[in-house]
Amino acid sequence: MAVIPVQRQPLSLAERTYVPQILAGLRVTLRHFFAPNVTLSYPEQRPAIPPGYRGVPTLVKDPLGREKCVSCQLCEFVCPPKAIRITPGAIPAGTPAAHVEKAPQAFDIDMLRCIYCGLCEEVCPEEAIFLQNQFSMSGYSRDEMVNHKDRLYELGGTLPDSHFKWDKKKEAAAHGNAH
Amino acid sequence: MNELWTSLPPVVQLFVKGVAVIAIIFPLAGACSLAERKVSAWIMGRPGPNRAIPFWFEWVPVLGPFLQKLGVFHLMSDGLKMLFKEDSLPGHVNKPYFILAPVLAMVPAFTTVTVVPFGAYLDSAGRLVPLMLANVDVGILAVFAVGSLGVYSLIIAGWSSNSKYPFLGGVRASAQLISYELSMTLAVLPVFLWTNAPGAAGSLSLVRVVEFQSGTGLWSGMWFAFLMPLSAFIFLVTLFAETNRLPFDMAEGEADLVGGFHTEYGAFKWSLFFVAEYSHMLVGSGVFVLLFLGGWNPLPWVPLARAAEWLHLAGQPVLLGLLSVAIFLGKIILMIFLFMWVRFTLPRFRYDQVMKLGWQRLLPLAIANLIVYAILIASL
Repeated sequence: MAVIPVQRQPLSLAERTYVPQILAGLRVTLRHFFAPNVTLSYPEQRPAIPPGYRGVPTLVKDPLGREKCVSCQLCEFVCPPKAIRITPGAIPAGTPAAHVEKAPQAFDIDMLRCIYCGLCEEVCPEEAIFLQNQFSMSGYSRDEMVNHKDRLYELGGTLPDSHFKWDKKKEAAAHGNAH
Repeated sequence: MNELWTSLPPVVQLFVKGVAVIAIIFPLAGACSLAERKVSAWIMGRPGPNRAIPFWFEWVPVLGPFLQKLGVFHLMSDGLKMLFKEDSLPGHVNKPYFILAPVLAMVPAFTTVTVVPFGAYLDSAGRLVPLMLANVDVGILAVFAVGSLGVYSLIIAGWSSNSKYPFLGGVRASAQLISYELSMTLAVLPVFLWTNAPGAAGSLSLVRVVEFQSGTGLWSGMWFAFLMPLSAFIFLVTLFAETNRLPFDMAEGEADLVGGFHTEYGAFKWSLFFVAEYSHMLVGSGVFVLLFLGGWNPLPWVPLARAAEWLHLAGQPVLLGLLSVAIFLGKIILMIFLFMWVRFTLPRFRYDQVMKLGWQRLLPLAIANLIVYAILIASL
């Protein structure tokens, strides 16, 4: 590699006294002194969460308020740290969720094990589990750090659905599954 | 009221005055620590301490949240914490000297206040009477003599801690303070050459220096900062070094010496060092203001007497005294802000750079400055 000799300029008298540099530095800090704060007062002010953020995994309902999870257990199997436990259960006939065969009886996510990898969201064929915006999880005991089914639905809420997959399937079945 | 005061024996009067000054300096030094946290926060773009508030103060409508935002209550909680924390005494220290050191730090810091005038008023005859504890002729000499005793507390603290970092901190402190003391004294001399005209009775009094900056003429109304900018500059730089402030805080140097001389200290003993440092800063800024920034005179060419005429305060010594103290304190607060502003602007010097600056730059500069001004003043 070629060596490029660089001529080091001797410092001028003003530079050797430090004074102009110090004054320039003081100007910079004074500007920052009057500039608005760059920090957020955290618990009161929350940061804006960018789209696609992987926060706490949650279960969501479809716009008609029906449970989307069909307890296929794919997320349970794919979960690398084995944080998800699902107990599948049957759906009694006549309930609004009767369009599918099964629903989870219990759905627990141990947030002490979860690594927020998002594989559960990726693998879910029903788009029922989402990693949403909540970024802070805290509790006083290990039990508190396990999100049960009701808590997961509370955190998840309802997300818009563009497919209504089961409605379409039922409609197709009614028309003799032409396609 | 006035009669009651003058009827008291002088010893009692002096005692009351002394306690009053300590009662003002101690909280002021504490307030400086809060100001430091706030100023640092604002410079770094943070809001700084703004959470603590006593529950009954939250009910005060506008003032409560405002004081909370300013972090005023953090000052009290800091103080309480320092007071009630366990005051641990490490097993390996030299106990009597270890306990003596913080006390020794406080004594010179508070003693220098006695000879610093902090205000003035006009008596019925129209003469200027300075507000101070002891109007002694040695003035500045007493400040330097007593103020430089402060280094003993650092040396004793560093030595009695009986571990290497405090020891290094103490050694550095002693070398640094001694080298900068020379330039500091030499930088001040031209001011006293100016105020002590040949033939007249000589005095090193700080009051006399302020009187020389209290004129209204072109020369007599000018503050010494304009008349002797180099002296003021050297004095300011050495003041930073003498009060152990960045960029000269070699004695603490938390990057290389953990905490320097106070590594082994904690709780109340540590806070005594802290208060002593701020008291030194307050007194040092006070001396700088008196020597170079016109003391209690509001503006250059506008002495206190003129301001009193404008505000019709000539017949009211109490109000005028309060005004002069307020002006003086205001200037000191600006100086304290400068200390903090510089602290969060400049990185720390290396120790050899500090020594080189002190001995090879500032000392020759101060001597040259003294000679030039001696010739100038002699030829006037």
